[in-house]
Amino acid sequence: MTLAGSIRLALMIALAAILELACRTGLIDRLTMIPPSEMVTALWTILASGSANADIAYTLTNTLAAIVCAVLTGFAAGVIIHALPRLRRVLDPLLTAYYAVPIFAFYPLLVLIFGVTATPIIVIGALFGMVSMLTSTLIGLDRVPPVMDKAATMFGLGPLQALLLIRLPATIPYLITGLKMAVVYSVIAVVAAEFILSPKGLGFRIAFAYNDFDNRTMYGLLLLLITAVTVVVLLLHHIEQRVHERWARQ
Amino acid sequence: MTVHAQLDAVTHVYASVGRAAALQALGPLDLTLSKGEFFSLIGPSGCGKSTLLDILVGLTLPSSGSASFEGAPVAGRPREGIGVVFQEDSSFPWLTVWDNVAFGLRRKGVDKQETAERVNSALSFVGLSSFTKAHPAQLSGGMRQRVCIARTLVLRPRLILLDEPFGALDQQTRLLMGDELLRIWRETGATVMLITHSLDEAAMLSDRVGVMSARPGRFIEIIETRWPRDRSSEIVEHPAFGSLTGHMWALLREESRKSMAPG
Repeated sequence: MTLAGSIRLALMIALAAILELACRTGLIDRLTMIPPSEMVTALWTILASGSANADIAYTLTNTLAAIVCAVLTGFAAGVIIHALPRLRRVLDPLLTAYYAVPIFAFYPLLVLIFGVTATPIIVIGALFGMVSMLTSTLIGLDRVPPVMDKAATMFGLGPLQALLLIRLPATIPYLITGLKMAVVYSVIAVVAAEFILSPKGLGFRIAFAYNDFDNRTMYGLLLLLITAVTVVVLLLHHIEQRVHERWARQ
Repeated sequence: MTVHAQLDAVTHVYASVGRAAALQALGPLDLTLSKGEFFSLIGPSGCGKSTLLDILVGLTLPSSGSASFEGAPVAGRPREGIGVVFQEDSSFPWLTVWDNVAFGLRRKGVDKQETAERVNSALSFVGLSSFTKAHPAQLSGGMRQRVCIARTLVLRPRLILLDEPFGALDQQTRLLMGDELLRIWRETGATVMLITHSLDEAAMLSDRVGVMSARPGRFIEIIETRWPRDRSSEIVEHPAFGSLTGHMWALLREESRKSMAPG
């Protein structure tokens, strides 16, 4: 493990230990938060009983669907917008302002359109994730060194071949960054949407437990969410770094 | 001497953008490259050397005048038989060294066996045989530039253009790369045009050196070196070498100063 990695791990353990201590000594009362160790046992109980399996599967499916939609549409839109500089000049300020829009305000509207099903959840997850993929694709294509285009021309490649064989491979590090961000945003949006209104799912269960003063379930499931997202993001971060190293220029 | 490539009254003007006035970057100039010669181009920075190269290979259209290669016009489209090694590293980081070099042959649909033979021989030619499976990121700057040279040579160009390919390398490596370049030139029989900002490199490698003026770049003089064909970096000790570089500097001194002046 690298030094930064070790420090990161130590920091997380220290934070958990401080929380544990604060909860055990009564500094934080049990109605507000249970000690981290109890969150682990609570999660274990939930997983062992299988009581949340259907919700986990529901959220996982929605998230995966949202990520796939976000990445594909974001990537395709990025490639198209990059090829049309006039359109891009029109859209650029809108893209910059995108994450300032309280997009969840539109969730009730989506529920009205699609009903209380998985569709509005997937749609909002995809909407929230796609712009980061789009922006990363644009930046990546902007940063393709001009010499790569010259090389493509010298190899006699047409515009489409140049895009597929040279420009897009040269953009891969940025695409992975976009994927990482799209994953994070899609998870946030899916869980938040389930939290607001949903027939089932982790967000729904967490909100239900919250209203029920069922701290063990709430914190157990929160721990599950945080762990799952952290593992996925760290994995993508690792891949991202490896790719950046390989793509580094002198 | 057979004419191999030619520029005829070529100019290049950057059109005015917004309030910026149009800018004449190059010419008018004429250039004739004879088959099999080693020609170097030196000049102050910004004098249009790279633009000249782009026009000659067909990456840019001249604003007026024309370029031709082997008797046929180069009209802004790269012609078969011309190979370029760029100033910047243009190796593909997502491919191994071997796949980088094989790229052009695969595009042309050369069969597998011939591709393998030609790639292996190009790699051994530039001394990278033991790095076939490495990725460019694992190589030094000089080795990456050799990947690009092999990638160009494997297509057997009859005219090789190099745009300051050793610009990023230290002096000792440059001298050695210069020797390699002379060997490539002798063994392939190709016509070579090298853009360099090193007077020593130009004096040591070339049959003729074109000295360019500050922008808009034109030829001030084309110097013949009269070196034997089987020369090497050892000629830097030759008394004529010093007078050659001295002469070039005398021509370039004032031009370089002009190119540094504001505006």
